[in-house]
Formats: sequence, structure tokens, C-alpha cells
Amino acid sequence: MPDYLIRLVQMHESFRKAEIQALAEVAGVEIKVVEYHEDSPYCTVRLPSESAATAIMTRTILAHGIHELWGRGQNYEELHHSVKNDSSSLWSRYHLTPFRFTLDSFRGARTPAEQRTIIESFSYLDFQGPIRMKDPEVSFRVFEHYDDKATAPKRLYLGRFVASSGRHAMTAYDLKKRHYISTTSMDAELALVTANIALAAPGKLFYDPFMGTGGFPIASAHFGAVVCGSDIDGRSIRGTGGSSRKGQVGKRDVAGNFKQYGTEGSYLGAFVSDLTNTPLRVPAPSSEGHGRRGAYLDGIICDPPYGIREGLKVLGSREELGDVERATHRDRHKEPSYIPPKRPYSFIAMLDDILAFAASALVANGRLSMWMPTANDEDIELFIPTNPYLEIVSVCVQPFNKWSRRLLTYRRLGDEEVDKEQVEIARKEYEKGVKADDLNIFRRKYFEGFKEYERLRQEALISEETAIRKEKVKRPGISEIEK
Amino acid sequence: MKLLTLNFLTCAIKSCKTSPASFPLHPRDAELEIVEADVNLAFLQNILPRLMWAELRTIASELGLPTLPEDIPEREALVEGRGEGEGEGEGGEQIPSQTAKDLHRVLLETCIQEGKLVCGNCGHEYAVKEGVANFLLPGHLV
Repeated sequence: MPDYLIRLVQMHESFRKAEIQALAEVAGVEIKVVEYHEDSPYCTVRLPSESAATAIMTRTILAHGIHELWGRGQNYEELHHSVKNDSSSLWSRYHLTPFRFTLDSFRGARTPAEQRTIIESFSYLDFQGPIRMKDPEVSFRVFEHYDDKATAPKRLYLGRFVASSGRHAMTAYDLKKRHYISTTSMDAELALVTANIALAAPGKLFYDPFMGTGGFPIASAHFGAVVCGSDIDGRSIRGTGGSSRKGQVGKRDVAGNFKQYGTEGSYLGAFVSDLTNTPLRVPAPSSEGHGRRGAYLDGIICDPPYGIREGLKVLGSREELGDVERATHRDRHKEPSYIPPKRPYSFIAMLDDILAFAASALVANGRLSMWMPTANDEDIELFIPTNPYLEIVSVCVQPFNKWSRRLLTYRRLGDEEVDKEQVEIARKEYEKGVKADDLNIFRRKYFEGFKEYERLRQEALISEETAIRKEKVKRPGISEIEK
Repeated sequence: MKLLTLNFLTCAIKSCKTSPASFPLHPRDAELEIVEADVNLAFLQNILPRLMWAELRTIASELGLPTLPEDIPEREALVEGRGEGEGEGEGGEQIPSQTAKDLHRVLLETCIQEGKLVCGNCGHEYAVKEGVANFLLPGHLV
């Protein structure tokens, strides 16, 4: 199996590998990651064929392109040696082909003269075809990876271009150009990456229980999935709640967004509902010998409300209803102006509910991709909600200043893979409480301004300062010498 | 909402979920609309084994749509053959059969725009407005 070099983007680092591996699964291709580092945009992988490489790359968001690897090394001597050793059998294929030869330096720069010298040092490849900077039939590229502020590159690669990525979709789905969005819409790049990691693909059925203005279903439909969604706030679906666009007039709704992207055929529709009282079928998670379980979803993608910018509410009342109140609800609920009562809910309980629903509704190997926030003072690996029917596939982190959000992706196990004992153990008590702050650890920390994080940071700063002071005391006179 | 959605929806009231009468929900005073779309054969093939066929037939007849066959079609019956392949034998794209087109018409082109969905167990009515059904339960039913 040949090696390929993927030119990744150097951002959202922890999502990159998860995306590539998910897309290999979508394409039904075996992939082996040979070399991957969080601080490098160059990743080498082993793939069965060039068509496999193309299949993966054309959907990838967090990369620029994939190249057939012709050689690698720590310096040019090693690179030339590697090219001569590993790929000399390929040279003659491009002997007369119109070609382009370029240089890609990461964290470094070369003058045009230097670039020319480097490119000419490969003259032993003996390409006699015409040089064509525009639309060449074959394109070669030298990749240089520098350490920060280094003068010489530390890793070098030579690759033949195979396919460019699907990153352009990011521009097409840019929120700035979307007709209807809200304050908490996920940016197009991460919504598309999420759909990729959840294995959205033609023929599949995807659902988002907190759809808002439909960002995730739209991203999943881009990759060919048929989608539906729901939200507790019907205004966001019907679009009567307005949009966050300044000066926007006329009605905009989720269906309109699908029309904008030409995927309305893949949009089953949406309904107003609450996950704790879902109208969707909830088949028993284990088949118990009844034959088929009745599961129907291939993927669930969601960004549940964190309880900060949007309230975390479910149906119900804060206090038990009295007889009079119950009677009032009974008599009035058919009136058009009736609004069902809602109560605050525990974020942790909500996550467990999402997992339980996923365990029921997902088919075997179906995926749940769910975003959740974490304060940075908590151990990052800590607290991944679990369910005996689901297996965690990847954890990707998007760090902000004082908090992070993570994308947790689970795979629904096949019935034969489920550990029956775990199912028994998994009965647990949800947090109980009435006020929103008691229910949501993250919300409380957010509004307390992440005190713990600040305290730790201050302590770290103080100890650093004292260390510097001690250093100065130990070595007096250095500054005088420098002067 | 497209009609396929009804194959996944039951009554939102928890105590109804266990009763077989809560599925499917029965459309009442429904205004239908046909929204044409390309036949998505891969999706039909994937979703076919997950359909609750008997319930789908019930809904179709309640809405006055053409009667669906008594038995669920075989997966093979969705494909008529392959188109003009470019080169090798398997090259051409699969052509959807009339069965697939009929199924597509019912599941993915027929939409409920206005009306009600009624639970066969408790009789609760869920309103559909502008194609969006409202499943929020009133205070006394949560």
C-alpha cells in the first residue's frame, strides 16, 4: 500500500485525525496513519489506492489536499536520497507530461531565488515536459516544515498532487451568506466537520434534536444524508422569531435555508418537541430475541443548550401543579395563545437523556456526535457521559479562553457487542434540584467567572515571578556584564 | 413535513408509548402538498427495511392516497436495471423502478402542511401548522 501525504490546515487540530478516520470509514477504505503530530500540518497515511485517497480527500474540510508521497527526510540530502530510493520507478511516467513544481513552506519562507535552487536540485527526476503553472497535468510540491522561528526546516517531503479537499464547502455554507441564522448557530466549518465525523453520507437518515435554525441538518444534507430535526422553540423552525441579521425583512425559515443550498429534497421536515418528552419512537435498546429492534436513525448530531446563551428548559412546571392549575391547563391548552409551561433542567441529565435516546434510535454502527462545554479548570479527560450501548469513538476539543467545548462522538454498538452487566449497573440517579444554577455545573462556573481557573492562573504567575526573582538573586551582575 | 416522518412519530405522552394504539398517529383534516424531488434510490434502499409497513399503509389509506401493496416490496424490486455504463459492466447508475418511484412519491414528496395528528390511544391532538407539527405537551400531561 502506497503512502500519501495530507496537507492539513493548522487549526482545530484535535478534529483533524478524527475527520480523516471517519471519512475513511465512510469510503469503506482501510487507512493507517503513519505520522501525525498536533503541531504539524503534514500527516502521512497508508491507503490502498489513489481512488481511495481521492474519495477521502474530496470530503475533508480540515485539509487542503492529498499527495502521493515520493520522499521524505530531515534535510535535503535525506530527501533526495529518499526520492531516489523509494520512487525512482515512478519518474518515467511523467517524463513528457506538462507539469508544475512548487514549494510549500510551513512557518518559513524562501526567496524566489532560493525556491528556484531547491526546485532545480530535483532535476535528476528528468521531467522533459513543458512547465505549466496553470492547469498542469501533474503537479509536484516540496513541503518544508519549520519549527517556530527556526532558520532551517526540520521535516521535508516531496509529493505528487492527487486531489484537493472539500474545504471550499465552508465558503458556500458560510453563515454570513446564509439567509436565516440565530445567535448560537455553529460556524459552517465546524458544522461540516461534525457531519463528517458522524459519518453523514448518501442513503443515511440524520436527526438533530436541538436544531435551532438547522445548521447541523444542513451540513449533513450537504454530504448527501436525508435529515430531520426538532427544537423546543417552534419559532426558530418556523422563522417567526426573526433572525439575527441586522435589517433583515421578510420571513426566513429553516426550509428556506435548505432551498438556498438546493438540498430541500433531503429535508424531511422538523417538529416542535422536547427531548424528555419526545414524540419519536423509542424502541427498546436490546432486541431480547424479537428479531429487529426497530431502530431507524443512522446519525444524531447536536449542540445541546448549555443554559447560558439559550435556556436549558424542558416541559413541566417548577412546582407540582395543584388541582385548579391542572384544570386550567386542561381547559385552555387548545387555545392558540396557550404556551406550555417549562422548567429548568439538569445539563448532566440532558446529556444522559441524549445518550439514552441515541441507544434506542440508532442502528448498529450509527453515530452520535454531541457538543458539550467544559470549564478549563476541570480535567479535560474527565466526565465523558457514558451509556452501555454506546462506545466513545473520538473526543475533539475547541479551546476558548476560560472554557472549551468538546465534540464527543459515540458509536452504537451492535447488539452482540453490548455488555449485559453494564446495562444493569447503568441505572443512575439524576441530579435533583429546582434552580437552574444548581442543575448546571458549567453554567454556575461560567457566571462565577471561572474563579477556580483565575486562582490557579494567579498562583502560577506568582510562582513564576518568585522563580525569576530567585534566579536574579542567584546570578547577580549578569545585567551589568551585558551592559 | 414529509410523510416518511410519520413512520417515526408516536404520541409524546410517556404512558402512551407502551400502547400499540399510539402508533401511528392518525392524520385528521390534513392539507397535503406534493413537493417534487429527485428519487433518492440509495436512501430508499437503506430505509426500506426500517419501515413499519402495515402502519404506513394505514396512514396512506386514511389520507386517501393510492393503496400501497399489502406486502413490503423487496429491496431488489426498487431497481429496474443499470443505465448505460461507461466501460465495465457495473459502471452504470442504478435505475429506480416504478415501485421505487411510487414509494418515493408517498414517503418523500407528499407533505402534510396543515392539520392534526391524533393519538389512537389517548386521543390527544397535535396541531400541524405551516408544515411543522407541535408536540409540546400542555402542563397537565407532563
